[in-house]
Parts: sequence; structure tokens; C-alpha cells
Amino acid sequence: MKSGPGSAAIRRADHVAIAQFINKGELVLDVGCGDGQLMELLQSERGARTRGLEVEQAGVNRCVAKGLAVVQGNADADLPVYPDAAYDVAILSKTIQELARPKFVLDELSRIARRVIISFRNYGHWKVRTTLLTTGRIPNLGSSSGWWSDGARRPCTARDMAELAAEAGLTVAAATAVNGKPITGKSLSRLNWTAEELVFVLERTKA
Amino acid sequence: MQAPARTLSGADGLKHLSVATPDRPLKLDSGRVLEHVEIAYETWGTLNADKSNVVVVCHALTGDQFAASPNPVTRRPEWWPLIVGPGLPVDTDRFFVVCSNVLGGCMGSTGPASLKPDGAYWGTDFPMITIADMARAQIALLERLGITDIFLAIGGSIGGMQVLEWTIQARNRVFAAVPIAVAPRQSAQNIGFYETGRQAIMADPNWRGGRYLDEGVRPDRGLAVARMAAHITYLSETALKRKFDRKLQDREAKTFGFDADFQIESYLRHQGQTFVDRFDANSYLYITRAMDYFDLASEHGGVLANAFRGLETRFCVFSFSSDWHYTPEENRDLVRALNAAGCETSYVSIETDKGHDAFFVEEPEFEAALLGFIDAAAQARGLPKRRDA
Repeated sequence: MKSGPGSAAIRRADHVAIAQFINKGELVLDVGCGDGQLMELLQSERGARTRGLEVEQAGVNRCVAKGLAVVQGNADADLPVYPDAAYDVAILSKTIQELARPKFVLDELSRIARRVIISFRNYGHWKVRTTLLTTGRIPNLGSSSGWWSDGARRPCTARDMAELAAEAGLTVAAATAVNGKPITGKSLSRLNWTAEELVFVLERTKA
Repeated sequence: MQAPARTLSGADGLKHLSVATPDRPLKLDSGRVLEHVEIAYETWGTLNADKSNVVVVCHALTGDQFAASPNPVTRRPEWWPLIVGPGLPVDTDRFFVVCSNVLGGCMGSTGPASLKPDGAYWGTDFPMITIADMARAQIALLERLGITDIFLAIGGSIGGMQVLEWTIQARNRVFAAVPIAVAPRQSAQNIGFYETGRQAIMADPNWRGGRYLDEGVRPDRGLAVARMAAHITYLSETALKRKFDRKLQDREAKTFGFDADFQIESYLRHQGQTFVDRFDANSYLYITRAMDYFDLASEHGGVLANAFRGLETRFCVFSFSSDWHYTPEENRDLVRALNAAGCETSYVSIETDKGHDAFFVEEPEFEAALLGFIDAAAQARGLPKRRDA
């Protein structure tokens, strides 16, 4: 499950950052929705309609028990069956760095939804860079048992993520540091130094 | 007016209503019509003032209307004791629950074991029926009870097929739907297994070309074999191994004969023998045939999603990991179509080794998720909260 500890009343900062990009009435697919905290937030505070996809049974059960519409499935395998342009927004909150096939998933989500919003940990942050410089090790890989362990993250930076978006034919239409103000795509290099955690709004690049 | 007769003595006395008359016959998918149809049913709980608390429970192939109280004819206990009852997911303290015997069944509803207008048993003169016909008769029953809109339709296996038909036929008059361990179409494997069962029945000399009731005999051997073969598909290899493995039945060594040496043989023989006491062989032929014909996509231009397009019903589909009768993959096909149609859909895949029949037995994750879904739907429908919630 992706959701952090604590009750539903404690709102995850990246969820709040994502929510500002959701408009009333939009149909949102939350991929890796955990126990549904983000969907609840988007329904109650943004007036969105939500659907979830979650691999863990416990998370699915909790969502279903709350009355949220959630399908038990795997982002790496189950997205191809979703129809084209069925959603306004698809969200990957702190999920993309844990996927087996991030580009495939991004391709699929941009087919399914008009906008794709991702939140991720930025390994371009200055603390990460200085730690690497001084200790020779990449910090905070999201696993206490070593960078090689199962489910370890893909440590990528804001620039790396922008490169993936471009590869997928997507533009970073807006970006924000979690707990920061949204900016447009131009000043990514600064965000890449200063943001520990980022939200990107991706849209298909206009031909 | 011809009252249908039953072979199961006592089924005549069960609660039933006429849902078709010569003025208002039941039109069947086959093109034929039935002018006299009785549907036997049972209810629990109380209908509220605005009739918004109705739950329809659809039974499986060999089930009956006694989901939540013992069957007075067979004296078998209620078949869904963990799901339907006071404080349970289908909460009879808050909901008015209706379960009816399917059209073609043999627990009081009109079927091949009923009398036709000329006074003989229908037998194989009974028209071929479909799952859609079963739902049609159920919807007519509810209308006779003064109910047009229902809060929830729920059922497993062929009951789940009826749930799907409900949402399509009673379009947007079903608030929530729970199809369990189902498939949007009958697989070749299942058609094959049921054909094996039908051939066993028809090969029994007592079947008499379907006229056994008129001749006062019953093809019990054939029906028992049909049940034994089908029953294997409701279990799983893991569960069979856990329960029976190669254990011998009340003996120290193999007998080098055809007695039931193995526990699994003894178990299946028991399943077959007890089944024939409560089920009509022709009903078995008709209902399994209706399952074979079930293919929702083919009825909707070859596109399954078209069956559900525009439905406002909220769905929750359940599958069981070890079910090879209606596999998780087949349930996911349904979920994909519901998603493609834009329906509000949840899908819960339960990890279990109990196979297809898992929905009848204790399965805490299933019960918990079902309870949550139904309670959330009840809240959205403005129905009262569970007493202990």
C-alpha cells in the first residue's frame, strides 16, 4: 500500500499538492490508490469522481468498505484494458518509481486520461547531491534493507522524469514542489535543486 | 387455471405468485411463450415505506429460495447463513430480502417438473429457457409484490449471471449489484462439463426420454453422476488435497475393487446421492442449458461493454483465486467491460483455496469487503445504518 501511516484525517502533503490540479466534476483514476485517502480527499474537497486501482487486497477491502470504487489489479499489467480517453485525470502518487515498467504505464495512462499527474521523490535535491558527493552513496532509496532489495525505488531526478515524459510524448504542463507553489515547465532546473518531493502535471505534447 | 404440480412433495405449499397468465404470457428468448408461470419465493425483513430497501438474492444452479431460513421441504438449513440475516452483510434488520426459485427450477416455481395445461408433466416439452428469462420472471415477481426498483441484486455463479441480467433488464432500477464468481459468458470447459452431466442423466434408462415423471420413475443414477462431475469443478485441487488427498475411506488398504476406497470417492458419492433427493433431473438439464447459452456480449453486438453502457448501477464484482469454474480472469473480463462502459465498479479478488464454492463458506475477507460495499451503498441510498455501526 502506498498510503503513509496515520488516520484518514492526516492528509499526505503530496495528496494536497496533487488535489490543487483537480477540477470539480472530473473523473479521476488513482493508480496504486492504497486505502483510498487521496480519492476521499479529491471527492470531498475537489468534488471529483474517482476510481481506484490497487494491487493489495487489504487496501482494496478498505476502499470498498468506504464506498470507493476500486478495482483490484496491477498497473504494470491491467491498464491496457482501459478504454481510450475515459478519464480526465490519471494519478500516480509516489508510485512511478516503484513500477516495473514506468514508461509503459505512463504511455497507458496518457492514453486513458487527458492529464497524468505524478508525485515522486526528487533525487536531484541538493541534499541528495551533496550526500552522494561526500559519502559516495545515494541516500533515501525508500528501503532499509539495501538498494538491491525487492521493491526498491528507481532513484531519478526532476530532469530524469522530464526526460521520461518527453519520451512518452508528454509535456510537463505544470510542476510544483510538495509544499511549494506551482510553476510552469521552464524553471525545472531550480526545482531539481530545491524540491525534495515533486508533483508533475503531464499533458500530451501538441503536434 | 392450472396449478403446477411438483415432484418434491410439499413444494406446492411454498409461498408463490403467478407471474404469467394467458392475457399476459411470459415471452421467452426462444420465441416461445409460457401462459402459466408460478414463481415460488421467500422473504425476510420488512419493506420500508418508500420501498427503497429491497434486496434480491439470486440462487445458484442447485440452490433454492431458502437463503436465510431452513427449507421446510428438504429440511436443509439456509444456504447463505454467513451473508443473509440480522446484522450480516445482507442485513435483514434493515433490508427487505426476496429470494425466488428460478424459472425452470424444482422448488415450487414452474419448470419441467410442473404440470402443463393438458395435465401431463412438462418434462422435455418445457420450452428452453435462458438466464434472461429467469431474470424476466423474477422481475415480474417483484412487480407482483409491488416493487419496481431494488436497492441491491446479489448472487454467485449462475445467481451472478441473473444479477447481471437484472441490471440490464431493470435498467437503472437496480441501485447496486454484486455478481460473485461469475463469467460474462459460459466457457467451453463449463459447457463440456455440463454436457457430460446431461449425457449421464439422459443415459439413465429411467430418464425415459424425459417422461419419467409420467411413468413414475426417476433417473437418480444419472443425476447423481452429473452432480458428482460438476461438484469437482466447484472445488480446487489444493482443497481436495488438503481435505482428502489419497486417504482411504474406513479401511486400512486398497480393496482391489470398485468400492469407494478413497475418501474423495465416498464424498462425491454422498454428494450425488443426497442431491437426487432434492432436485429434478430435467430441471438440471434445463438450468445447465440456460447457463451454456449465456453470452452477454453476443446479445449486445459482440461488445460486452455495450451491455452496461449508461448504467448508473454501482457494481462490486468478487472472484476467488482458486475458482476454475468461473475463473478470476473471466471475472476480470466482466470488470474490464464495466469499466469500459464507465460504470462505477469495484473488483475484489479473494485469495482462497476453496474454489468456486468459496462464497458459500467462511471467507472472512469476502464477508468484510461485502459488508463494507453494501453498507456504503445503503448509506448512499439513504438507508439506515447497521445497528452496531
